[in-house]
Amino acid sequence: MSGAEPIPTIGMEVHLHLATHTKMFCACAVEYDAPPNSRVCPVCLGMPGVLPVMNRKAVELAIRMALALNGTIPDFAKWDRKHYYYPDLPKNYQISEYDQPLGVGGYLDVPLDGETFRVGITRVHLEEDAGKLMHPEDGACSVVDLNRTGTPLLEVVSEPDIHSAEQARAYGETLRQLAVYLAVGDCNMQLGQMRFEPNISLQIGTDEKGRPRFTPISEIKNLNSFRSVERAVAFEIARHRQEYEDDPDGYTLERLGKSTRGWLDDREETFLQRSKEEANDYRYFPEPDLVPVVPDRKWVDTIRAGLPELPEHRRRRFIKEYGLPQYDAGVLTADREVADFYEEYVRSAANTDAKTAANWMMQDVMRILNERKVAIAEIRIGPGDVAEVSDMVVTGTINRSTGSDVFAKMLESGKSAAEIVEEENLAQTSDESELKAVVDRVIAENPGPAEDFRGGKERALGRLIGQAMRATGGKANPKVVREILVRKLRG
Amino acid sequence: MALSKDEVLKVGALSRIRLTDDEVERFAGQLSSILDYVDKLNELDTSGVEPLAHALPLHNVLREDEPRPGLDPQKAVGGAPESAGGFFRVPRVIDDGSSA
Ligand SMILES: [Zn+2]
Repeated sequence: MSGAEPIPTIGMEVHLHLATHTKMFCACAVEYDAPPNSRVCPVCLGMPGVLPVMNRKAVELAIRMALALNGTIPDFAKWDRKHYYYPDLPKNYQISEYDQPLGVGGYLDVPLDGETFRVGITRVHLEEDAGKLMHPEDGACSVVDLNRTGTPLLEVVSEPDIHSAEQARAYGETLRQLAVYLAVGDCNMQLGQMRFEPNISLQIGTDEKGRPRFTPISEIKNLNSFRSVERAVAFEIARHRQEYEDDPDGYTLERLGKSTRGWLDDREETFLQRSKEEANDYRYFPEPDLVPVVPDRKWVDTIRAGLPELPEHRRRRFIKEYGLPQYDAGVLTADREVADFYEEYVRSAANTDAKTAANWMMQDVMRILNERKVAIAEIRIGPGDVAEVSDMVVTGTINRSTGSDVFAKMLESGKSAAEIVEEENLAQTSDESELKAVVDRVIAENPGPAEDFRGGKERALGRLIGQAMRATGGKANPKVVREILVRKLRG
Repeated sequence: MALSKDEVLKVGALSRIRLTDDEVERFAGQLSSILDYVDKLNELDTSGVEPLAHALPLHNVLREDEPRPGLDPQKAVGGAPESAGGFFRVPRVIDDGSSA
């Protein structure tokens, strides 16, 4: 062993379903809960004599994603057939882009723990998904549903710029966020709309000729959650280290090449699927049924002009423009609609500053979204409504905790903050004479804490304020109560 | 260009076809003569000629993203040797992750 600390060297292939209504090469609807084999036609069933025709939207979404990843769009892309036999692939080949993809190069900046690392993008290409193969419990047969066959799939291939399991996960999450931001895909993990295939090798020092020495590459197939990406990569890194320690001369990329492994979620370990010798021979050749895609400049420029502000840019802008901490900016920009909501909220608030608004978003609005597991568009109040209630707190009409109650009631009833405060008589009392009477009573009823405060125990004041708040049903302005108490006890 | 026995067996395995010894012999000869025939193209000097991706002088043949009804599910599985509950039935396969 050379003694050098191994450097995990990880690239990732990510497949995601594009947000189209129809399949890649036929007009069958893309639906996830339709009865089996009810969204199929002769084209996607692979019947003889049919002719596939490209979905314009799918091509445009692929270009959109490639542009957002800072890639270039070559002026010529073509289709190829990738051959393999499996019951979920009726044509016995998958239409893909082998050597001339729609998008080339680029990078993605990935935030992690307050810093950012950059992952190079090798290519972005289009292909079609296979069907679904299931294995019923009862035994003798497997069954096939071809509704998914031909669903437009975008494959994003990264450079081996990922160096830990945490980075692998963060890259997957950031890529998903980008695709959702761009409306390129819904990326619903439960529906299998996004799948990850990391390939892992460790660089361990250099060989006698001074070239970097690598352990064999293992590619983990078909991971469908961020958790499994992180765990599977961590498992492989540890496994590679062990294998290398056991046999430093034999366990090398040169000798063993690349193998394919599966992931057992319940046992949290990978297993060998195919070694180098058993590698598939896909016999790619140009697809004669499809003509090439030639994205002219005008078309690409139109797609580029339609790109929204990207999440990483927006996150940095939130820090700069609104003075938000890293954490707040990350939370508020994770979802495009939440970020839109926040910006609209800040714009419509008369008295609430951006940081206070961020607190309201995280402590009230997003808490409700999480509790109810709904999207921000599904709640019945808008940015202006949240601005109304937080403005009332900032200007002292109601106190902060009443503000949260009012917010919850707005969600329930759809009434405005002003209506609720009026109807339930929640307005904060700042009236001195009224509060003086309350404070007198509180001091009389709590001689102990009053005496403690007079004796110099500052903390006793909190108890007295609490008593006064309770006595007024939470409506007293705590600032005014504090002033009166201090005046009376010290005066 | 003579194909070896191993090459014929490999092509057979890739195509999921089991070949007898006689067939390997026969197909080796037939495939070789096909390759020889196509090999004639190599006599042409193509240096400086762009590879052709497609025989038709067309590109960007696209359709709009509008769904149309497909086949009736009964019809879809109707031609299969076996079906059940709307699914195609196939010999039991253990998932080895072959699919894309
Ligand atoms: Zn179809």
